Amino acid sequence: MRFDATIAAVRFGTGLSPLFAPPINAGALVAELASAPQFEIAAYSQITPTMQQYQAAARASREARGSDDEAAMAAAFRTVRQAGNVVYNESLRATFARSVGAQIGFSARLQDFWADHFTVKARNVPQRHLITGYVEEAIRPHIANSFGAMLRAVATHPAMLVYLEQFQSVGPDSRFGKRRGRGLNENFAREFLELHTLGVGGPYTQTDVRELAELLTGLTYQPQRGFFYDKRFAEPGAETVLGVTYDAADGIDNILDAIDALARHPQTAAHICEKIAQYFVGQNADATMVAAMTDVFITSEGWLPAVYATMLDHPAAWDRTLRQIKSPLRFMTSAMRALGLSGAQVVNTNGRQTRELLIGPLVVMGQPWQKPLGPDGWPDNGADWVNPQGMAGRISWAMTAPREFLKTRPPDPRNFVLTALGDLATQDVIFAASAAEVRDEGIGIILSAPAFQRS
Amino acid sequence: MDRRKFLARITALGCSAAASPLITPVAFASAPWDARLVVIILRGAMDGLDAFRPIGDPEYAALRPTLLKDTIDLTGFFGMHPALSPLRPLWDAGQMGAAHAVSTPYRDKRSHFDGQDILEAGKPGIEGAGNDGWLNRMLQVMPNVEGQTAFAIGREQQLLLSGAAPAARWSPEAQLSLSPQAQLLLALVQGSDPLFQTASAEAIEIAQTVAMTAAQDAEDADMMMSDPMMQAVNGKAEHVQLADFAAARLRGETRIASFSINGWDTHLNQQGGLQRALRRLSDTILTLRAGLGPVWQKTAVLCLTEFGRTARENGTKGTDHGTGGAMVFAGGALNGGRVLGDWPGLSEADLYNRRDLMPTRDVRAYPAWVMRDLLGIDRRTIELSIFPGLEMGTNPGIVA
Repeated sequence: MRFDATIAAVRFGTGLSPLFAPPINAGALVAELASAPQFEIAAYSQITPTMQQYQAAARASREARGSDDEAAMAAAFRTVRQAGNVVYNESLRATFARSVGAQIGFSARLQDFWADHFTVKARNVPQRHLITGYVEEAIRPHIANSFGAMLRAVATHPAMLVYLEQFQSVGPDSRFGKRRGRGLNENFAREFLELHTLGVGGPYTQTDVRELAELLTGLTYQPQRGFFYDKRFAEPGAETVLGVTYDAADGIDNILDAIDALARHPQTAAHICEKIAQYFVGQNADATMVAAMTDVFITSEGWLPAVYATMLDHPAAWDRTLRQIKSPLRFMTSAMRALGLSGAQVVNTNGRQTRELLIGPLVVMGQPWQKPLGPDGWPDNGADWVNPQGMAGRISWAMTAPREFLKTRPPDPRNFVLTALGDLATQDVIFAASAAEVRDEGIGIILSAPAFQRS
Repeated sequence: MDRRKFLARITALGCSAAASPLITPVAFASAPWDARLVVIILRGAMDGLDAFRPIGDPEYAALRPTLLKDTIDLTGFFGMHPALSPLRPLWDAGQMGAAHAVSTPYRDKRSHFDGQDILEAGKPGIEGAGNDGWLNRMLQVMPNVEGQTAFAIGREQQLLLSGAAPAARWSPEAQLSLSPQAQLLLALVQGSDPLFQTASAEAIEIAQTVAMTAAQDAEDADMMMSDPMMQAVNGKAEHVQLADFAAARLRGETRIASFSINGWDTHLNQQGGLQRALRRLSDTILTLRAGLGPVWQKTAVLCLTEFGRTARENGTKGTDHGTGGAMVFAGGALNGGRVLGDWPGLSEADLYNRRDLMPTRDVRAYPAWVMRDLLGIDRRTIELSIFPGLEMGTNPGIVA
């Protein structure tokens, strides 16, 4: 089993498209990582309104109730809210467009993987429009960098520090902690070990969580300044994490050293490689493939392009058994791609269609946009998506959305079956495509077939 | 979507489904047993010490300098968080209570995700926890279980009801209407893939059942909202829709329902966060009660969480992941108005790892006794197959 163009497009890219030829070799996948992303997404630090502007406008409007300023403040808040909604919708459409309109889509897939690995969720409405900006700023520039670089970017990003509450964790014996009686919040330290680096099976204890929480104190941010290290928050004294003692005299350097050490830890390598492999090929990924990736991760000090290349070089990557199941987001973007939509068309989707064809259906299919349950993100096992309610969402969307997107009748199912599935089309699906009573149902049946739902 | 629009849409779907000659009428088989069991997973780790407050414990107030406000006194020793005040009439009627200082067998790593897996798997440890859930294993030993005897409700996958026994899964916003020809072709293309085939066939069947009962549900919903205890409940909120959907199913042939309420991970400013979460819990219980009508009398509702939270407040007016916590229960079939369990105390030496409430009972013992006394499952089966490794111990008398 070696390189296979259809598998490359379907399993490692964002799917087959009538607009783009499938990749010619594995090198083309990795090469795509070097090209600049299309469809602009504003970076977190460039977005207005900021979370603070949003909150301030809300507060001003609330406090002005009953006063002469009430109408003016309410109008000002409405303007801010609308600006936030515009950013939210535009960044959602651009994210879809990067999958739908990519030459191959390996970059878009990796962006999806890493954004999920380092899940940040809006804790309240004023943050809702900022999540894609976080991915654009902390994740996307590092998908073809070292894991350690991405880990540093994430661990020092305001969005993560807010989401996992690190920015309010204060060393109890720090200057600020003693004066204000404030203390630690273990949330980020725990997820950093459990989710971001070692994995829950990793060699750490509650004591490591505690010591790391003490070490991480001082990571904070301010609206105008962005991220910075505030030594007034930092717990004095040395902390020992996984047997390595970090001497607090060095300030933030200690924290960065600990982040780097965890990024390079062999258990982190194994955890990350297993997760990447599973994301692309499905549960119980070939152990020799994961082992080869882990070796390269360790020897290259987490150089991600080398890890991806090792995966793509392994025969198990090209097995034509489709063991992974597309997430709702992948299912929708690959279907839109198969329908021949361009990225520009996706970007130009209007507000009503964004709600009715993208945001709403994601909810029913079980993947509400940027709202996984917790910091562990979406299910790793694709089979978790396949349940009656999720299938109802997929089938209904597959039967009705294509006509809405295309603004005309959908393509002839007898042709579409080959566009969408290539040489993965089975006799059953080819027959069903020709036997449907109406085009919309034919398209819907093809998109609902396991040959399209799997990858 | 608001409730009325939702119901209207479902009704419209019902007409097309009922008109189709190819649809097999859903069999309303005689119920295999009569009692109803609802299991609600409180995801994120509810702070049992703040929900049910041991105000009589001399150490308690010092551990909770900013959180302890406006307690509703229940027993003199225990009080209740003010956000639970709408449940006070149920407490007084003996239809709501709590079991305190409970935990699963999970210890020390305090991961939400492992903690929830172990809670839902009902097994002693994480080994093999991903395979099936205890509520499914319970179904496996019950007679006459059919496709819609048990319902997992909501968008997310629940381990609790996953496993070999049939259980339906649906969320109120889902809908599906297919022409007979489309149904046949779908069955053809999915036929060789049991995972997809089963899920799609169930989707079609559930959509039809929901559609068929929609008119009755709409009438019942009107009656329910006129219930005085429901006045403050927001009918559009997601958790209320889940509870409403569960009640509608449980009025019919469904006997088991499970769903989740999220938002319990109160590391920061717990006062606001927990108040909202407890309000959701209270609305959910009231919606079930109102929606079930007379069926409430034979219903047990158990609300379980993955672990408790630290005995002390943390540095950000919240609490971190802990061990011992509380289970909330309600329903006419249960013996409420009491806080069950042995109280371990809160002095530093009494705490687990000098940090968390010490669990004095395996939380699984309570659903186990409900299964025995309400559903008539024998103790040996429970201890061997449903909750392996559990010793049920003495009967806490949770069933009325």
